[in-house]
Amino acid sequence: MDAPRVREIRSVIARGKRWDVVFAIVGIVCLMIGLLTVAALFVDMAVKGLPRISLEFFTNFPSRRAESAGILSAWVGSTLVMVVTAVTAVPIGAAAGVYLEEYAPRNWMTDVIEINITNLAGVPSIVYGLLALGLFVYQFGLGQSVLAAGLTLALLILPVVIVATREAIRAIPAAMREGSYALGATQWQTVRYHILPYSMPGILTGVIIGLARAIGETAPIITIGALTFIAFLPSPPFQPEPPFLSFEWLFAPFTVMPIQMFNWTSRPEAAFQVNAAAAGFILVLMTLAMNGLAIWLRYRLRRNINW
Amino acid sequence: MMKPGQLAATVFGAACFGAAAVASAQLVKVDGSSTVFPVTEAVAEDFQKATKGKYKVTVGISGTGGGFKKFCRGETDISDASRPILKSEMEACRKAGIEYYELPVAFDALTVVIHPKNTFIKQLTVAEMKKMWEPAAQGKVTHWNQVNPQWPNQPMKLFGPGADSGTFDYFTEAIVGKSKSSRGDFTASEDDNVLVQGVSRDANALGFFGFAYYVENKAKLKAVPIVNDKGKPVAPSMDAVLAGTYQPLARPIFIYVNAKSLAKPEVREFTEYYMKHGAKLAKEVKYVPLPEKAYTANLEHLAKRKLGTVFGGVAEVGVTIEELIRREGKL
Repeated sequence: MDAPRVREIRSVIARGKRWDVVFAIVGIVCLMIGLLTVAALFVDMAVKGLPRISLEFFTNFPSRRAESAGILSAWVGSTLVMVVTAVTAVPIGAAAGVYLEEYAPRNWMTDVIEINITNLAGVPSIVYGLLALGLFVYQFGLGQSVLAAGLTLALLILPVVIVATREAIRAIPAAMREGSYALGATQWQTVRYHILPYSMPGILTGVIIGLARAIGETAPIITIGALTFIAFLPSPPFQPEPPFLSFEWLFAPFTVMPIQMFNWTSRPEAAFQVNAAAAGFILVLMTLAMNGLAIWLRYRLRRNINW
Repeated sequence: MMKPGQLAATVFGAACFGAAAVASAQLVKVDGSSTVFPVTEAVAEDFQKATKGKYKVTVGISGTGGGFKKFCRGETDISDASRPILKSEMEACRKAGIEYYELPVAFDALTVVIHPKNTFIKQLTVAEMKKMWEPAAQGKVTHWNQVNPQWPNQPMKLFGPGADSGTFDYFTEAIVGKSKSSRGDFTASEDDNVLVQGVSRDANALGFFGFAYYVENKAKLKAVPIVNDKGKPVAPSMDAVLAGTYQPLARPIFIYVNAKSLAKPEVREFTEYYMKHGAKLAKEVKYVPLPEKAYTANLEHLAKRKLGTVFGGVAEVGVTIEELIRREGKL
């Protein structure tokens, strides 16, 4: 090849590489905008709130005195609500996802259902709150209870769980399903022994991401009437005398972390702002821990799958 | 033999139906105004400590109006209110067959604040504030010298609570003459801390909110003395409110107690505890306590079953506590 031609090709390659660098920089900048915002918020809360975080902060009830106020009723409330949410949303969401992927006939009804589920994921959370206020709190007479809040948040994350389930099922190679049928398995057996176990990591990830969203939700919980000041805990689920199990806590009044934070930020005393930052820091840690758990579970369960 | 899963489901179902009634035992439910919340919260905290967990108290914040809605449906035992019950709410309660006691528990002094560097405002009259806040001022009264020619020609920045708050209702009633009637072009926030920040950062700002927020931020703000109906400028303070000279911006705040709930020992004991320790606790959370005789009068009203409101469902400005005690209640 002659020299001018080589030069020309080299310059084309160099130009292309320049664009590589430019695009990488643009990408990093975009990534940083998101990351730095989160980091700045997190560090700010941590710096303000860390001095307040001690064992007492977790074991004390809220109080009018900022120094002795704690988040005991809030974190217990949040945890209990999350338990109800998970117990309700996981079976319903996973079953709905399995139905849509494995059983539903391809027709316009299914299309309508699918469009609705996608839409539901985008409905503002306050709308779920209003629905729950009418349905759970008054129609079903559940009152302002842990159960009503858990069911509300379960509705909220249901679309997330369904979509995650469907995607996890779609990622299973068709050969697995066909192999199972070829050996004479029924549809249920195929779902039970192949589809569900293989899609479990994906479903769990979706569930936990949904729960991580639900734990920070304030609007629907306020709408159904969660309380602001509550200095006692729901009765424990395990009792010393028969029948040993108690479900009274489901009907107990409660508060959750975001409401406690919200209440503290609107106080006149500056010391409560520190409490709010500390509670925010804990809430972010709770969310992070849940996301971490999702990653770990996915990793653990994937290891057991050999295709 | 049932599998554990089935057993759990059965127990769960049975418990769901059985537990609803149990959960409400020995529980005092309070909801309502965010202005009254700090006082009720303090009482609830100490009451639960004093009774060693025998009784439980929950306090919610739904606003005065939201609180009355729940109260008149019989969902709560006590309603916190930063204004007297309105005609429509009295009607709702009557329809549901709910009778109640109206108990004033403390005073709140609405405080008008300016930036500490503002030297031209020494005092404010109701007429001057009306010029600033009335609906007709919207878009027109934008500079200080338009309110008072002696004030400088500088832009006027107004801050106030949003239209859902009882504080806003009372201020407009007292200043403009009609509840909820105000200009719309001011910086409104339901969060009083936002108002504190706003006024403390702008030398041309003026805002209003509850006394407690001023007390906690004295270093950043200056409270304006208000010229009362006797022509005397009075700065907001606990003493001035008690003496009845800080008018018309001092208002009583109330709790409404469901008469039927009062038959329950936990509600009765809580209400009595409120009246006995309310003064000390109100002061602690920076509210102005009523004179001692007002709390005794409240207890007497409970004993003599003096039901109903003394306001007849109409908003009123500048009522003294003596006047409140004297009046006869109506349902």
